Amino acid sequence: MKKKILAVLLAATMVLGLTACGGAAASSDGGDAAPAADAGGKLIKVGIINNDPNESGYRTANDKDLKATFTEANGFQASFAYSLKNDEQITAAQKFIQDGVDYLLLSAADTAGWDSVLKDAQAAGIHVILFDRTIDADPSLYSASIVSDMDKEGETAVNWLKSQNLSEYNIIHIQGVMGSAAQKGRSGAVDAAAASDGWNIVTQQTAEWNAEKAQQIVQSVIDAGTPFNVIYAENDDMAKGAVAALDKANISHGVGKDVIVMGFDCNKWALQELLDQNWNYDGQCNPFQSQYILDVIKTLESGQEPAQKTIIMDEKGFDATTITADDVNNYGI
Amino acid sequence: MKENAILEMKAIDKVFPGVLALQGVDFTLCEGEIHALMGENGAGKSTLIKVLTGVYPKDGGQIYLKGYEKPVIIRSPQDAQKMGISTVYQEITLCPNLSVAENMYIGRGAGAGVNWKKMNDDADAILKSLDIPAKATQQLSSCSIAVQQMVAIARAVDMECKVLILDEPTSSLDEQEVAKLFKLMRDLKARGVGIIFVTHFLDQVYEVCDKITVLRDGKLVGEYEIKDLPRVQLVSKMLGKELDDLSDISGEHKKFEADPNTPPVFEAVGLQSDAGIKPFDFYIQKGEVNGFTGLLGSGRSECVRAIFGADRVLTGSVKKDGKTIKITKPIDAMRNGIGYLPEDRKVDGIVGDLSVRENIILALQVLKGFFKPFSKAEAGRFADEYIKLLDIKTASADTPIKSLSGGNQQKVILARWLLTHPDYLILDEPTRGIDVGTKVDIQKLVLKLASEGMSITFISSETDEMLRTCSRMIVMRDRAVVGELTDEDLTQSKIMSTIAGGEKKDE
Amino acid sequence: MSKIFRNQIFIPIAALLLLAVFNLIMDPSFFKITLGYNSAGDPVLSGYLMTILDYGSELAILAIGMTLVTAASGGQDISVGAAIAISGSVVLRVLCGRDHHAETMQAPIIVAFLISCVVAMIFGAFNGTLVAFFKIQPMVATLILFTAGRSIAAWINNNELPIVNEVSFSYFGGFIPGIPIPTPFFIAAACVVVIFLVLKFTNLGLYTQTVGINESSSRLNGLNPEFIKFLSFVILGLCVAVAALIKVSRLSTINYSVIAKDIEMDAILAVALGGNALSGGKFNMTASILGAYVIQFLTTTLYKFNVSADALPAYKAVVVILLVVFSAPVVREFLSTQWKKITKKGVAKNA
Repeated sequence: MKKKILAVLLAATMVLGLTACGGAAASSDGGDAAPAADAGGKLIKVGIINNDPNESGYRTANDKDLKATFTEANGFQASFAYSLKNDEQITAAQKFIQDGVDYLLLSAADTAGWDSVLKDAQAAGIHVILFDRTIDADPSLYSASIVSDMDKEGETAVNWLKSQNLSEYNIIHIQGVMGSAAQKGRSGAVDAAAASDGWNIVTQQTAEWNAEKAQQIVQSVIDAGTPFNVIYAENDDMAKGAVAALDKANISHGVGKDVIVMGFDCNKWALQELLDQNWNYDGQCNPFQSQYILDVIKTLESGQEPAQKTIIMDEKGFDATTITADDVNNYGI
Repeated sequence: MKENAILEMKAIDKVFPGVLALQGVDFTLCEGEIHALMGENGAGKSTLIKVLTGVYPKDGGQIYLKGYEKPVIIRSPQDAQKMGISTVYQEITLCPNLSVAENMYIGRGAGAGVNWKKMNDDADAILKSLDIPAKATQQLSSCSIAVQQMVAIARAVDMECKVLILDEPTSSLDEQEVAKLFKLMRDLKARGVGIIFVTHFLDQVYEVCDKITVLRDGKLVGEYEIKDLPRVQLVSKMLGKELDDLSDISGEHKKFEADPNTPPVFEAVGLQSDAGIKPFDFYIQKGEVNGFTGLLGSGRSECVRAIFGADRVLTGSVKKDGKTIKITKPIDAMRNGIGYLPEDRKVDGIVGDLSVRENIILALQVLKGFFKPFSKAEAGRFADEYIKLLDIKTASADTPIKSLSGGNQQKVILARWLLTHPDYLILDEPTRGIDVGTKVDIQKLVLKLASEGMSITFISSETDEMLRTCSRMIVMRDRAVVGELTDEDLTQSKIMSTIAGGEKKDE
Repeated sequence: MSKIFRNQIFIPIAALLLLAVFNLIMDPSFFKITLGYNSAGDPVLSGYLMTILDYGSELAILAIGMTLVTAASGGQDISVGAAIAISGSVVLRVLCGRDHHAETMQAPIIVAFLISCVVAMIFGAFNGTLVAFFKIQPMVATLILFTAGRSIAAWINNNELPIVNEVSFSYFGGFIPGIPIPTPFFIAAACVVVIFLVLKFTNLGLYTQTVGINESSSRLNGLNPEFIKFLSFVILGLCVAVAALIKVSRLSTINYSVIAKDIEMDAILAVALGGNALSGGKFNMTASILGAYVIQFLTTTLYKFNVSADALPAYKAVVVILLVVFSAPVVREFLSTQWKKITKKGVAKNA
């Protein structure tokens, strides 16, 4: 019995150590956002519910951006809660409502199940702002929703690919986790173009956002000896995996080479690859929502409602032939 | 049925493949009686209990219960409980994480609706009436083992049990707890419950029981009033040796003369382990064969395990060849030239899936060290040598040991220890469960090794085996050393009276 | 011949033959190996078989440690994927220093690797302590690291994704210039040689099996079963560090949430496919390592036939079912008697 208790303690210290370290690491970022409240005035309390920042580079950048914006220097008192599980997020939301926050910022893990807790928020006079992800709830329950348009991201990329005017299109299409919003939007555009323009999809498989799996998929196509000239990977990691397989087989890629490489998310290292002409295209999935959220909060603080409920962020597609070093620094995540 | 009998078992037979476990056993239990069921290992006690509680179907005979006209057929433990036969085992079979009351009523509720208050009140009433120091709402695991056992008894009592079977209930209790349990047993006796008490503690039998039924080798030896059966008689009946027959085969015991100038090969003072034995002193001379004797559970094995460091040693000091040494784990003993063939071959001895060869070299290999494995050829030579020496019947040295017969497995373990060339070898029940020929072989080997200068401690349930091999016997009762016999005292009768002890108390 | 069915190595060999025959029938070009040049201009062999040797390496290395853990503790370590994330993260942290995109490495690769070995062995020791000394079920004990590991990995690099730009670092997961066979295969081969030397020149095998088969007996024969179990987890930690080096070298970077994802299940499957009892005891190292390559053979075959990556587990589940069936003594006894009948008939006809 004693031994078991010891074991539990051991485990507990380990976990505690972790959270402590995580907290310390997070607070180190400086803020470069514009102040939202009058200096010296009362702090605006915001409760921010997000997915786990370890989930992806996108989420890490997103979390960093929020932390840098909602600082005391900028007139905010921000509390953060992270979970990839809907029920834990809902519990966190209830806690924030009890704590009497002024704004509840939410990136929901799941689209369903939010009605009652959002009604509670409304009753308590709390403004709810959704970011990154929408939910299935009556729009009256939230003040604004700031999202990426994944369909548009896909279309921008496919239009760019069309503009390359290749004599033939033999595409390896590496998909993200099936059913995710990003996968649906980015795959949809390729499927549509393949149908309308007669593009040949050599293989279309999910690598579940995983570079190693992408590498194996491309390796398999190379081993089979099937010709291809485009790699359309739905995120940067998978594009990197694909390129590793190309390098191994001495298949040239990048600007003016045999294979066109396309990725998404605009990781800094990926944009660097573009700048070095090793890749051809990278589509942005903008994680920097904090400025948009700030605008909404400013509008609400001045007593007005935001002009539109759903705010779609500007998202760019970068071409290796036109990208600049400034772009890499400004847009890389 | 006899007057005031509540249970009568008549001519019960039980056959297991190849073994007659019970042969025409009769057993009668009366109202308000505490009845001891005695016998050595394999006598058939537990088989009889299992037949009575419906765990095994019987193969012959009848069971009569008070209140039933015809013989009853008990198909399952649930059946038995319904008929008023409850069993409390040595290991608690209750749920430690539930409350006392829940444990008393578990599996007996009428469906989903539980009236918690009533259940707790009822439980408290029963506990109070039986004077059991526990509260209904208390979690069971927070009670001592004795109280847990009492709760199990209370549960049985509340199920209107007429026959209560207590299977070794006192093994894990201390003296005060035993006293409490006995008080509860006497209370129940006063209420008219018949109690079957299975134990191997003689003192306890004479303290609390009214009658004794003795079994041996699956057969009934007899039923006796406690006052008519002195302890020596009981022991002789359990072991199957009539006192009168025994007194005359004392002659051929071994004389052993130790060299007075050399210290004992091994010596222990005040040794005690965590296995519940009282501290004991022990020594053995070069070339001597001695042994621990006593009934099953008297602590023979625990003593030698303490010597070998197999159990955690609490107190005591040990010397090897006159030099003080420290033995805290088996490897310490092995490094000091001590070998130990354990009592339970299957659990502690063989490494079933490994080959005969690997089993033979294991101990020597461990002694030699992690970084110095024997080559396959070396190991093979060792194995072949001992397979030949001990005449181990195996297809090859590569055969997994588990496919050998019990006797040959035992020889492999013996080979394992002989290979380490120990100064002092402990053999705990080396002859149990093996054929007669092998038994004789092993006894001969023991004598031969001793004549070559090895010191050996030999333990066996069969006293005549020990008489044939040992020149000195240490007698144990109820987990303590109670005597030491040498020379002309080495007779069956003397051993038995020493085992039984405490004659005066019974008068 | 009938003995073969009862031999342990029969299972992985049969599985390997089955897969090979299947591919031979479907498309013999599966076995084609060509010599080409990679983008750096160095000669490389390519083809499905090379892919199998390449990607099966991490699994084979892990199978070594997992076999020992299984044999000694009678349970499995489900935290190896998370431990690879930690160990890989350590390598990158040391190589990149504070700058996540450092142009030059801040430390020699060997230093980074040795540090990651120490870290991985410490985490192995943590698991081993819980299992051996606190007597916690291995799967439950390793669940702790399984859950926390990837967060620890991310924390080591402050949630950044470091990238090593030095070419020589990619040799471990790719090719050494001038040698046309993938380096991971050499690393795996080295590990295999080392473990066989260890098994030959120490008593690791005998002790591990003895503890796994009969712990109580092993203690009475002078062994320290707790230490042996502990040791097996530390050895697995070392295997994890080697596998992690290959993993991070393949892409010169790391993704904490997906690197070596589900690899623990493949490693356990490799042990099972090797015919080793997952309840511990006797083991056959060759069979486990073979099992690892069989799993990669299966994976590569499935990729070749465009089976989508998220459907792979379903096929592996089928393998598990077949394994359970074929490792049942009843079935193998049946196969062996059937074989006897067939051969007897053959003999009778000939006569």
